[in-house]
Amino acid sequence: MTALIALVRKDLLLYLNNRRALLLHLLMPVVLAAFFGSLFGGNSSAGSGKIDIGLVIQDHSTISQRIGAGLKTNSVLKVQELSEQDAQALVKKGKLAVAVVLPEGFGERAASALFGGRGKPAMPVYYDPSQSTVLAMVKGLLTQQVMQEVSAAVMGPEGSAITARQLDQVRAEAAKDPRLAPLGDFLDSFKKFQQQSAAPDTGNDSGARGMSMPYHTEDQALSSGPKYNGYAHSFAGMGVQFILFMGIDMGIGILLARRLGIWNRLQAAPVSLTTVLLGRALSGALIAMALMTAIFLCAVLVFKVQISNLPGFIGIAACFGLLTAGFGLLVAAFGKTPEAARGIASFATLILVMLGGAWVPSFIFPVWMQQVTLITPTRWAVDGLDAVTWRGLDFAVAAQSMAVQLGFALLFGALAVWKFRRDQER
Amino acid sequence: MASALLSVQQVSKSYGARKAVDGVSFQVRRGQTLGLIGPNGAGKSTTVGMICGVLRADSGSILVDGEAMGQGASAAKRKIGYVPQDLALYEDLSALENLHLFGALYGLKGALLKERCRAALELVQLADRAGDHPSTFSGGMKRRLNIAAALLHDPQLLILDEPTVGVDPQSRNAIFDTLEALQAQGRSLIYTSHYMEEVERLADHLVIIDHGKVLADETPAALYQRLPAQAALYAELGEEPSAALLAGVQAQSGVQDVARDGAALTIRLSAAVHAAAVLAWLNAQGMPLLHFATAKTSLEDIFLNLTGRSLRD
Repeated sequence: MTALIALVRKDLLLYLNNRRALLLHLLMPVVLAAFFGSLFGGNSSAGSGKIDIGLVIQDHSTISQRIGAGLKTNSVLKVQELSEQDAQALVKKGKLAVAVVLPEGFGERAASALFGGRGKPAMPVYYDPSQSTVLAMVKGLLTQQVMQEVSAAVMGPEGSAITARQLDQVRAEAAKDPRLAPLGDFLDSFKKFQQQSAAPDTGNDSGARGMSMPYHTEDQALSSGPKYNGYAHSFAGMGVQFILFMGIDMGIGILLARRLGIWNRLQAAPVSLTTVLLGRALSGALIAMALMTAIFLCAVLVFKVQISNLPGFIGIAACFGLLTAGFGLLVAAFGKTPEAARGIASFATLILVMLGGAWVPSFIFPVWMQQVTLITPTRWAVDGLDAVTWRGLDFAVAAQSMAVQLGFALLFGALAVWKFRRDQER
Repeated sequence: MASALLSVQQVSKSYGARKAVDGVSFQVRRGQTLGLIGPNGAGKSTTVGMICGVLRADSGSILVDGEAMGQGASAAKRKIGYVPQDLALYEDLSALENLHLFGALYGLKGALLKERCRAALELVQLADRAGDHPSTFSGGMKRRLNIAAALLHDPQLLILDEPTVGVDPQSRNAIFDTLEALQAQGRSLIYTSHYMEEVERLADHLVIIDHGKVLADETPAALYQRLPAQAALYAELGEEPSAALLAGVQAQSGVQDVARDGAALTIRLSAAVHAAAVLAWLNAQGMPLLHFATAKTSLEDIFLNLTGRSLRD
């Protein structure tokens, strides 16, 4: 026991004395998690995620002015009014995803085209080809706004002149094409409706509001835990990644010790190989657990991440620590040289964390990939940390993650011990 | 005769098809210092590795004070202090922290561990650098700390594998002071080295090993007795000697053989006392003598005689 404690103490002291490693394993995940977290919506209270669009208003009609005003008050858009030339330049540079032009005469021509669809005006929309998803969203919002304002104008008292013009045009055409007669009848009725709406004593202003969406949505973010915080997932992902890098360093340390002869010196002492490996694994697990705790402490204090299930978090951090230690031993056992082992292990780690959803959440993956990646321990680690932070799931879910990680830790450790023993017997 | 502290019997070890150690046997008695010598690749380090329990022997037996040596925790390992050729130190731990670790590996703790660390640091003259990291030490200081780490558990047998590699003469002397102090305490040592003068200074018994086999296992005096020549006379003449002159030198009493390199002669003698007569004969021939020197036969010569090649080949 004295020897085991001494071996663990030695590794902890060596790690704490290595400032560069400490900086890499602690500072880097925090910096990268802060960056990725802000991309994924941060703590979602700062109104982030608005779409920047440019708006060029060349039409001075009431309709176009109202469309512009409506877009500016939309909660998901951040509208910048520009000249057409400036708007095109900004889109080309990638500074704006989309720019919308309301050309001269747009309001009147759009109102005239509402019924019958003749003489539809064109609305130029410039977009960054890398932002086609944003284009679809903007077009949807634009449709809603234009329909609302154009229909309001047409149905309101000021729309009677437009209707009268359209009615004259339809009656003239209906003389040649009898199929247009019902449209003339509809416009006739509609004109009477406009006249009634215009009467000051009706007390009925329903027509003036124009057409609107026949429903509204009630958006509720659902999770069992606290409000979604994009940083929670990013800290989980980056923490897992950089702690696994620490595991690689641990394995490389053993390979260097074997190369330098210090490993032989340990073997010459009256301690078993298993004790030496156990000491390294325990110290590695303790360091990994401390790093995960420190990383999440920063997430909680600075980025307002909430740990909703503390026992679950402690359990997952401990099991991930053991997993890291097992991974480090595996690197040491199967790595031929420190140089070669570092390259291969770094590549394997990057693949593992990518498939584990450390960079982007696994729910973004295709369904088949979501299933396949369940065989990676990193997926369970990241999902487990999500479960005990923003998802706020109960201990049973955390326990599943812990069990899988523990299983992988035991598998890695057993393989490593087997290989070390085989090498020793040669 | 004192009883054997270490007994190595018919030990063999192969790496694949290559036999690194082939039926090696020898003993180390209590209080004895055994010099284990041989060129690179002779099998010294493999033999030492097996004695220390770092490597597993394919066959044969190793007993340390009656305890069988094996891998893992072993009573035999507690009786051995191992000073490896490579520095087995953690550069980012202080000298004292390094010693605490190695002491704890042998089960030492508390006040006893502290006292042993203090004593070991004093013995290797590093007590004033206890808190410093080995990364700030000279090569010689690191070597001394390496030795201190092997002494903490008070081993009966200290095994030193090339302990002076890369060390300046001053530090080498400091290491020798330490080792001679240990010899004076009656401790047994196994010393492997390329430097024959070091082995000659310390060892009272020699095992010469080459190609994995023991070529000689005797005291230095007995080994020297094996050689036909016990001394050498080096003479640099004023001109190249004739064949007749060389034949004349060869005919002198006590001369074993003569080798010529231009005007320089190397004359091997059965005893150093014959050198004066040979020099007098050369003088009598009117041969100008520019320079001469005599030397005792060395372990290099013994090795050359046994194997036909130099230790550093």
